[in-house]
Amino acid sequence: MNILFLTPLFPLLGALVLAFNPRLPDRIAGLVGVGSIGLAALVMVWLNVTFYGGANEGVTQTLWQWVAVEDFRMGFSLYLDGLSLTMVSIITGVGFLIHLFAAWYMREDLEGGPGFARFFAYMNLFVFSMLLLVLGDNLFLLYLGWEGVGLCSYLLIGYYYENENNAWCAFKAFIVTRIGDVFLAIGMFLLFAQFGTLNIQELLRLAPEAWGRGDLMAELAALMLLGGAVGKSAQLPLQTWLADAMAGPTPVSALIHAATMVTAGVYLIARTHVIFELAPMTLGLVGLIGMLTLLVAGFAALAQTDIKRVLAYSTMSQIGYMFLALGVQAWDVAIFHLMTHAFFKALLFLTSGSVIIACHHEQNIFKMGGLRKTLKLPYACFLIGGAALSALPLISAGFYSKDEILWLAFDHGHTWLWLGALFGAFLTSVYTFRMIFIVFHGREQIHPHAGQGLAHHVPLIVLAVLSTFVGAMIHPPLENVLPAGPEGQFGHSVQLMLEILAAVVAIVGVGIAAGLFLGRRRLVRSLVQTKEGDRLWRFFNSAFAFDWLYHRVVVRPFLFIGRLHRLDWVNSLMNLWPGLALMLNGLLSDTQSGRLRWYAAVMTGGAIATLLLLLLL
Amino acid sequence: MMLPWLLLIPFIGGLLCWQFELIRPNTAMPRWIALLSMVLLLVMALFLWVSGDYSLSQVVGNTPDWQSQFQLPWIDAFGITFHLALDGLSLIMITLTGLLGIMAVVCSWKEIDRRVGFFHLNLMWVIGGVVGVFLAIDLFLFFFFWEMMLVPMYFLIALWGHESEGKSPVSAAIKFFIYTQASGLLMLVSILGLVFMHYTQTGVFSFDYGILRETPITGVMSWVLMLGFFIAFAVKLPVVPLHGWLPDAHAQAPTAGSVDLAGILLKTAAYGLLRFALPLFPETSQAFAPIAMTLGLVGIFYGGVLAFAQTDIKRLIACSSISHMGFVLIGIYSGTLLALQGVILQMVAHAFSAAGLFMISGQLYERLHTRDMRQMGGLFGRLGALPGFALAFVMASLGMPGTGNFIGEFLILFGAFDVVPWVVVIASAGLVLSAIYSLILMHRVYWGPPREKTTIARLDGREYAMLLSTLVLTIALGLYPQVVLDISQGAMHEVRHWFAVSPSFAG
Repeated sequence: MNILFLTPLFPLLGALVLAFNPRLPDRIAGLVGVGSIGLAALVMVWLNVTFYGGANEGVTQTLWQWVAVEDFRMGFSLYLDGLSLTMVSIITGVGFLIHLFAAWYMREDLEGGPGFARFFAYMNLFVFSMLLLVLGDNLFLLYLGWEGVGLCSYLLIGYYYENENNAWCAFKAFIVTRIGDVFLAIGMFLLFAQFGTLNIQELLRLAPEAWGRGDLMAELAALMLLGGAVGKSAQLPLQTWLADAMAGPTPVSALIHAATMVTAGVYLIARTHVIFELAPMTLGLVGLIGMLTLLVAGFAALAQTDIKRVLAYSTMSQIGYMFLALGVQAWDVAIFHLMTHAFFKALLFLTSGSVIIACHHEQNIFKMGGLRKTLKLPYACFLIGGAALSALPLISAGFYSKDEILWLAFDHGHTWLWLGALFGAFLTSVYTFRMIFIVFHGREQIHPHAGQGLAHHVPLIVLAVLSTFVGAMIHPPLENVLPAGPEGQFGHSVQLMLEILAAVVAIVGVGIAAGLFLGRRRLVRSLVQTKEGDRLWRFFNSAFAFDWLYHRVVVRPFLFIGRLHRLDWVNSLMNLWPGLALMLNGLLSDTQSGRLRWYAAVMTGGAIATLLLLLLL
Repeated sequence: MMLPWLLLIPFIGGLLCWQFELIRPNTAMPRWIALLSMVLLLVMALFLWVSGDYSLSQVVGNTPDWQSQFQLPWIDAFGITFHLALDGLSLIMITLTGLLGIMAVVCSWKEIDRRVGFFHLNLMWVIGGVVGVFLAIDLFLFFFFWEMMLVPMYFLIALWGHESEGKSPVSAAIKFFIYTQASGLLMLVSILGLVFMHYTQTGVFSFDYGILRETPITGVMSWVLMLGFFIAFAVKLPVVPLHGWLPDAHAQAPTAGSVDLAGILLKTAAYGLLRFALPLFPETSQAFAPIAMTLGLVGIFYGGVLAFAQTDIKRLIACSSISHMGFVLIGIYSGTLLALQGVILQMVAHAFSAAGLFMISGQLYERLHTRDMRQMGGLFGRLGALPGFALAFVMASLGMPGTGNFIGEFLILFGAFDVVPWVVVIASAGLVLSAIYSLILMHRVYWGPPREKTTIARLDGREYAMLLSTLVLTIALGLYPQVVLDISQGAMHEVRHWFAVSPSFAG
């Protein structure tokens, strides 16, 4: 296990080499950028081998003492157990495939322009930070990774910085997630004040000793952690940044805004699950937030025209499922869905990247159409990924993870959550196949040129295989880390019935999508053309108008305050002193007018006044 | 006996710079002399760093725990002596002074081309004055150096400054001078008051820190005296609403002036609070703590909003300093060891990050001849490595983990949370604000469509080395802050002890 530190080290070295040599030729920069993640992935394989061969127990590797003041002792320490191993495997494994694809994508995208090395420097730095996030053995180090991934996300969303709008999208993403981070920070202050440590394993050991179930402190601590998780994972009410984050290059969306970073919140809650178990109210809130988000995002995805925004909302909604799973204490299933989601959503994003490049940077699905004949591989990949996303039964990876969530929600007695999730599943298959039918079927409107080369094909094919039931056969080693959750109430027959029901719902969704969007789409068009239909479309399109609301309630007042302070009015108050001095100066200097008549008059007046005073007193 | 040399090197170096120019105008000699004296200062400080033992003193006695001392009689009639002493706190500040002194000399290498010798005379004397402030523990001597560092700073701003928004540098210099002079007067009154209190109790005149620290003062008098010290330091830190001089002085000072202002002059205030205000008036400071922390909160938010609203890049950075110093104020008055250690780190880290940002804006000014951000935009691809450095320092300024600023801010917040949880919760919201004004800088200057396609002169070796070394220091502090924390531990332990002896202490 002593080579654990190499996993984050390789990406870091890659990032440094690329950052300090921005003018490396593309070929070498690509080699460094992809190679460093490849090496990290090899280390990951080795870790897996030794982990399964070993005792399956957590191992700590302390690199150095980071901060030590009195009780505040933070080691720069990495901790590997089943959960972090799962995350590391996803990050380096899927991350490597995405990097490989990105080498193809960025070459096509930049067409020889500058910025290739910069892209991979950011990407490698991201992988480094993400690895620290999941490997940190204390919350302080986790926070380092947590902020680091936020920084890289910011840089990569704003990668095409010459477009003003992209820069604002990046800005928005950073600020909104930063609001969540503040909650996480306060949670850390609270936990440290209570327990005198931030070591996660110690916290999990100490918390049940100090707190009873439902203690106010436990609820508060869990609530603060949830605040952090909600920001990073784009859940209600801090979800608004994710759709705009699509301004970045598509491999970035695949890696950061689908497979890894946005699931950090799920990881955080799973990691600190003991605290959430002590806070039933907050735990209920986790499930509720998950359900609301998956519904809001599902409706929003129905009404998008940009292929990447459809996928972005579907990501939000799938993370909603993970939150729902956490909320019903199906901890391991949440992580399982995190894993299958990483496979199929990375696949969908990479494929959409391939489609976008093939269509000359067109992202509007209504301008594509009929691509199934020319783009065979992307079509197949989209079908597989879409099947997994809609959890089509038996063949897809998503079926095994998502149905488990639905079943456990029902089994643990959360009927309302289950109902919402079931409706969400219906929405999912409708919007997914709406997208597929519009993009790949119907009349051809654009002449695409299909992507070529190993860097293009290999990641797609590997991810496509992992998105089928093959991927679902991988079982993350979570038994020693996450508890099984409460006892269920129902038996196998009920489970089978529910699974069939969910499968039927998904297939019906596909059918409805086919009815609406295959062919001439007359019904949809006439619906949207009515006044109410148009209004509804715009409401869904804006994802329930949260942006509008926040703009009114937060952004505008802030800008107003900023304008108000442009002139620094507190300082202006201090400027009254020089004003006073000037005024007195003016009064006195006016008396020095240089006119004899005035002087004589004042002198006489003064003399009379003095005499009068003398006489009277 | 190294202490007087720490003081003499910059003063003598400054005189030599000046004389050389008088003998042979138009040489680079003054620059080299200044650089040499700064390097010498740094080396001596580092020697003290390595050779001394600054670990935690187990027993905090009644006499301060100095590493080395130097004392000469001066004005016997009033018990004034030339008394210098050094502990971990002063050593850190002096090392910082040496480092930033080097930066200041190097970054003016091309910027300053008029009266080079006289410029370096002033620069060296500012630094000499600051070193004096950090070493003097006779209150009269402290006041002497406190006032002494202002005069050369005045000249730096007035003679080598820039115009800004239609105001001449002279007006900014005068503003700076009046603010600090007036507050210095308050401090003098307080010092004299303290000495007379001591005289009435014991019949002996003394200005010595160690002796005055033992003087028990209560009632209204203690409030008046404490406030005199506090206001003097509050102007320098600065604390809202006494911050008015800072944006002007920064915006109009030459780069070296800004680097030294933000890097070390502001820190003399925090040093003063830690060294004098708290230990001399522990009970009153204790009672005053809620007000001080409220002022700190106001500073964090007001400074942040102010920074966001600026259009001049140097004013933005200057206002962000106000916000950062709000954290320092909260840390100092929360009085836990963790928070105090955080204060030290925050000061050092802020010195580096602010210096880095000021150097970058100086380099931008040399290339674009403007500091108005409305005329920038889209510079990311046109300046070589400079924007990368700017990004790194901006991230440091918003407290990105991995930089010293993060450790400083978070140690303060962690430390203060035990004592004043609500203040910490509110202050944490300032983290969002710091992200907003920091990123706005990136946004206005570097992102967006480029105005022209041409590339502007890239960084030369001198500029690159300067920025890189500052960045390395910032990150080193973030990854291994113990280097500094170990040195300051003893001194902070003592401050905590003095602050905590009062019975009203809550923690």
